Amino acid sequence: MADVISKSHCENLEMANETQIRPFTMNFGPQHPAAHGVLRLVLEMEGEIVERADPHIGLLHRGTEKLIEHKTYTQALPYFDRLDYVAPMNQEHAFALAVEKLLRISVPKRGQYVRVLFCEIGRILNHILNITTFALDVGAITPALWGFEEREKGMEFYERVCGARLHANYFRPGGVSQDLPEGLLEDIEQWCKDLPAFLKDLDNLLTANRVFKQRTVDVGVVSREEALDWGFSGPMLRGSGIAWDLRKSQPYDSYEEFDFDVPVGKTGDCYARYLIRMEEMNQSISIMEQAIEKLRKTDGPVMVNDYKVAPPPRGEMKSSMEALIHHFKLFTEGYHVPAGEAYVPVEAPKGEFGVYLVADGTNRPYRCHIRAPGFAHLQAFDYMSKGHQLADAVAIIGSLDIVFGEIDR
Amino acid sequence: MPDKNDLLLDSVSEALEDLADYIAEKFEGFAVAVSFQQDQLCVVVPRENLVKVMTALRDDKEINMHQLIDVTAVDFPDRAKRFEVVYHLLSVRHNHRVRVKVLVNDDELVPSMVELFSSAGWFEREVFDMYGIYFEDHPDLRRILTDYGFEGHPQRKDFPLTGYKEVRYDETQKRVVYEPVKLTQDFRKFDNLSPWEGMVDVMLPGDEKATKPEHGYRGENKGK
Repeated sequence: MADVISKSHCENLEMANETQIRPFTMNFGPQHPAAHGVLRLVLEMEGEIVERADPHIGLLHRGTEKLIEHKTYTQALPYFDRLDYVAPMNQEHAFALAVEKLLRISVPKRGQYVRVLFCEIGRILNHILNITTFALDVGAITPALWGFEEREKGMEFYERVCGARLHANYFRPGGVSQDLPEGLLEDIEQWCKDLPAFLKDLDNLLTANRVFKQRTVDVGVVSREEALDWGFSGPMLRGSGIAWDLRKSQPYDSYEEFDFDVPVGKTGDCYARYLIRMEEMNQSISIMEQAIEKLRKTDGPVMVNDYKVAPPPRGEMKSSMEALIHHFKLFTEGYHVPAGEAYVPVEAPKGEFGVYLVADGTNRPYRCHIRAPGFAHLQAFDYMSKGHQLADAVAIIGSLDIVFGEIDR
Repeated sequence: MPDKNDLLLDSVSEALEDLADYIAEKFEGFAVAVSFQQDQLCVVVPRENLVKVMTALRDDKEINMHQLIDVTAVDFPDRAKRFEVVYHLLSVRHNHRVRVKVLVNDDELVPSMVELFSSAGWFEREVFDMYGIYFEDHPDLRRILTDYGFEGHPQRKDFPLTGYKEVRYDETQKRVVYEPVKLTQDFRKFDNLSPWEGMVDVMLPGDEKATKPEHGYRGENKGK
């Protein structure tokens, strides 16, 4: 009896010795905290090494572009809040600029400064979320706990200016929907003063952190040529050493009047992208301070003074029949945009967010294509993760800064 | 030569005009049409010359469009060539953008750009998924955004907004079931177009006395 047992035991051992590590396929997501949303990754693994990654996207596809074709320009705008819901106003900005381009109108100075101010708040909101959750993915919990508190303050400014923390619908073609409420500028200024201390804390927690560096340095390296080839933009492109920022190179809405630096990485790895996002927050604070200065000096409307595009003030509607008609027509029929097409990109926190708008002269877009930066970045994930360990794949996803609202559209 | 009949011609930078002239000259034998849409440069290329033109746009020192930023399509069901496939190129070195267009029918193949630009892979998959345009020699032309086993191409103008299938979780079968879309009332689309602004191309008696707006909204001196 004992002989039999020991014999079969030996056979088992032999088999175990012969068993080779075979390539196998692993399913990652769609419900996984490190997938940053509904990403389903099909990973072909060779042991612990990723051989090939096939991201399955579209689980959050809502047909935004198709819906926009069935809406007036005014109704189409709120869809942009729902794309990259981490920095909603930056998305609205691209659509508003595209419509303005086709309408051939320009926004009053004050309106432009308000937009710049809130774009930079959006950038900080985005980067805080990205850096802290990225850190969470690679094992640091504290940054997320600290960061979300600061983030909440930024969203309160959103709420105070337009009534909503997330779905702002604040930037409109022609300007912004309303002027800043009393006291908001002072509070944002105070936030600008407080924020560097938080960024310092974040920096202390992560930048020199041994574990964080071990997980990010030399992980997901992208060279200059490859970054261009894969259509990278924003911090992903700058991380690979290309000094390219649309706010500098193709300025829109008075960005040319602002003085700021564009951080550029040297190594093209996850750590470089992290460093760039950190520095961009500091630059955003500086831009916000300049915008506040300019807003103090600039009075006037925040919306074009043309009731064919912008609704008349409430007060006027009570006494003027003409204003009432304009208001009614604007919110039923909407305005007509002359036939034409335009591609308008903005430097959203994640990269180049573009709107390609084809108008046919009616009150609805004929076609509205949304170019989401995350779509191009996630596409390169297969290339970036090849040969890395599974845990590194998680770090790479974190550094890509993906949000499925904009990727799946 | 570029068609320069646009209203905002003055906003076209000199460098971009030079680029337009250069492109028109360089691709003289390729039957390209160079035009400006406002201040944006657009090059319409015949399908068979697309690869050559895109390669030259990428590699020519004067143009250097290293980045394929975006690929999309527009559906015009009434046209002889139904689809416009639209490529957006960017030169980081020269700070230029060019829009390249190819007009195709739904039975024509478009050469894939994956060999030239890696970023084309998913962009073309999306166009295929949304419009049913096939890309020749694409290494992995699968659907990307729609559901597994989806039928039809949702961005086509003849695809209804509501779609054909709806899903729900079935408690008895313990799985998600697909059913034809049931609408409690017919899908309605109000365009809200009115004579107030919408009927710009219609002449009513007496209209000849007034100056007619060119098309729709004009911008200044109205409604103040």
